[in-house]
Amino acid sequence: MSAARDEVLARVRAALRDVPAGEPVEPPGYEPPATGYDPVQRFAERVADYQATVREADDLAQTIARVCGEQGANRVGVPPALPAEWRPPGVELVEDRGLSPQALDALDGALTGCALAIAETGTFVLDGAERSGRRALTLVPDLHICIVERSQVVAGVSDAIRALEGRRGPFTFVSGPSATSDIELDRVEGVHGPRRLEVLITG
Amino acid sequence: MKEGFPAAAREALANSQLRRNLGHATSTIRAKRARVVGEVPDWEALREAGAEIKDRALRHLDVHLERLEEAVTRAGGTVHWARDGAEACAAVAEVARAHGSNEVIKVKSLASDEIGLNEALERAGIHAVETDLAELIIQLDDDMQSHILVPAIHRNRAEIAQIFHRELGVDVSDVPAELTAAARAHLRAKFLSVKVGVSGANFAVAETGHVVVVESEGNGRMCTTLPEVLVSVVGIEKVLPRWRDLEVMLQLLPRSSTGERMNPYTSIWSGVSDGDGPREFHLVLLDGGRTDVLADEVGRDALRCIRCSACLNVCPVYERTGGHAYESIYPGPIGAILTPQLRGLDNAPTLPWASSLCGACYEVCPVKIDIPSILVHLRGRVVRETGTPPTERVAMAAMARVFASRRAYEAAQRAARFGRGPLAGAALRPWTRSRELPEPPSQTFREWWRERGA
Repeated sequence: MSAARDEVLARVRAALRDVPAGEPVEPPGYEPPATGYDPVQRFAERVADYQATVREADDLAQTIARVCGEQGANRVGVPPALPAEWRPPGVELVEDRGLSPQALDALDGALTGCALAIAETGTFVLDGAERSGRRALTLVPDLHICIVERSQVVAGVSDAIRALEGRRGPFTFVSGPSATSDIELDRVEGVHGPRRLEVLITG
Repeated sequence: MKEGFPAAAREALANSQLRRNLGHATSTIRAKRARVVGEVPDWEALREAGAEIKDRALRHLDVHLERLEEAVTRAGGTVHWARDGAEACAAVAEVARAHGSNEVIKVKSLASDEIGLNEALERAGIHAVETDLAELIIQLDDDMQSHILVPAIHRNRAEIAQIFHRELGVDVSDVPAELTAAARAHLRAKFLSVKVGVSGANFAVAETGHVVVVESEGNGRMCTTLPEVLVSVVGIEKVLPRWRDLEVMLQLLPRSSTGERMNPYTSIWSGVSDGDGPREFHLVLLDGGRTDVLADEVGRDALRCIRCSACLNVCPVYERTGGHAYESIYPGPIGAILTPQLRGLDNAPTLPWASSLCGACYEVCPVKIDIPSILVHLRGRVVRETGTPPTERVAMAAMARVFASRRAYEAAQRAARFGRGPLAGAALRPWTRSRELPEPPSQTFREWWRERGA
C-alpha cells in the first residue's frame, strides 16, 4: 500500500505508546431509558413541530389523491414497487426506473413509503429499498409525500439504529422539510431538498 | 497569525454590528439547545457514552482506521491516505481530473476549509462550488467563516442581498426567504449537472464502512447523491468503532449543534450502491497534524470534538470577539485548543490565553472535552516549549526568589508601597491596561503583628 498510509499508521501507533496493551478497542455499551408514551402520537406531534403536514389516513389512496390535489401535484414519481393500495386515483404516477435528475426535476412530487420512523425526534428513515425508492427520487422533486405505517414507528434513535444494524443502506434520516438559519439565524423552510413535506400515518 | 489573538480581538471588539449579530445568534442558539437538551432524561449518560466512544476510537485509532479502510473497500469504495493537507487536496484534484471535470459541487466541510481545498483546486484549474448557503455567501464575497455552524453570522441580510446582486446578478430583497430562494435557483442547475461531488463527514463507522453527513439544507444530500463521483475528505479522528455508536452520536450532535431534536437530513452510505447514487466513491483519510494532537496525552481529548459549536455559543470571549479573532477555521474554545495543536504551538501561541477559564464550554460539550484543563496544559507547553511570553516567565522567576527569602519578601512589600515595586512597572502593563492595580495597604500584616507584640 501507499507510503502515506504506512506513515500515518506509524505516526498513530507512535502517538499511542501510552495506551496499555490489551485495553478493549471497543467502547462499553449504552442503554436507552424506558419510555412511557404512545410512539405514534408522539411521532405525529414531533413531525408537526418541524412545519411538515402530518395526518392520519385510513383511506390511504383517497387521502393521497386529496393531498396531491391540494399541492397541485399531477405528475408524481413513485418507486416501482409501491403497493397498489397506495396508488391514488386521478394522479399520473411515474415509476422511477433510473429517471435522470432532469426528469425528476420535472415531476410535481414524489410518493414513497419508508423503512421506519422515530417518535422521539419526528424522523422517518429511507433505506433505498422497495418502498423508499432511490435517494434521488425523494430529493429532487419539490414535494415529498411519505407514508408511515403505525407498526413502523419506534420510540427513540437507539431503537432505529439497532433495527438497521447489519443493513447496508444507503439510509436517509428525514426530520421535517429542508431548512436553513444561515441568514441572521432566521429559520427559512425549504432550501434544496423538497420544500414541502407531507407525512401520512396509516395501517 | 499576525499578532495573535489579543490584537485581532481588539479589532473585532470595535465592530458593533458584529457584536450585535453575535449576541443575537449565540443567545438564540443557547436557548434552543437548553430546551431540547433539557427534555432528554439521560443527557449525562449520553455525554458519558459519547466521550467513551470517541475515547476508545482515538486510543485504538490504528485498529479502527484499518477496519474502516477494509469495510469501505469491501463496499466498493477507494480509500486514500493523506499525511497533510496538500496530499489530500492532490487526491481530490486527481479524482476530478480523472473524470474530466473542471467543476465540483461541495457541501460544507471544515476539514476541507482547514486544508484550503478550494484554493488548491482552483490552482489545478478546478472550480469548487460551495453549496451551503452561508458558505456560498462567504465564497462569493471572498470572506472568512466566523462560526462553525453558521459561518456567515457576522453578515446581515442587507449585505447578503448586495453580495447576491453583485456576484449572481439577481435583484433580490433582503428578506431571508427570498435570499434563500435565490441561492436555491442559482445552485439547482449545478446540482443536476456537475459530475463530481465533494464532502466531509461527521462520522465514519469502522465496523461497517458507513460514512455519515449531518445537515439541514439538502445540499449535502444533493452533493452525495446526484454526482457520478463522490470524494469525501475526512479527518482520521472522525472514525467511530461500531455502527451502534451512531445511536449515541445522533442524539448528541443535533441537540448540541442547532438545538433541534434532529437535523432535517442525515445521509448514511457505505461505498457505492447499484443504481442509487454515485458510481464511484473515494474516501480521503487526512492526518494533517492530528497525529501530533494524538501524541499529547492531555491535549488528545480535543480530537473527540464532533464540531457541534455549543462551546462557541456559551463562551463569553467568543460572544464578544467573534470567530475571526481566532484566525482559524476552528474558532471559540475548541479552536483555542485545537488550532495551536494542529498548527504547532509556535504558530498560534496566544490562543490558549483566549479564554477566561470559566468552564461553560466543558459543561455543554456533548463529548465532555475538559477544555479549561487543556487550555491550562497548553499554556504550560507554550511557556516551556516556545519561550513565550517571556515577561511572565521572568516575573515568576523573580517572584520565586522573593518568596524564598523573608528579607527579600519584606523589602519587596516596602517597595510596593511606594508603587515602585518590580511588578508594578513595565512587567505588569499588559495586565494593568484593562484593570486597576490594587492599592497596597499602608501597613503589612507582619509590621502590624510586630507592633502589636511589642
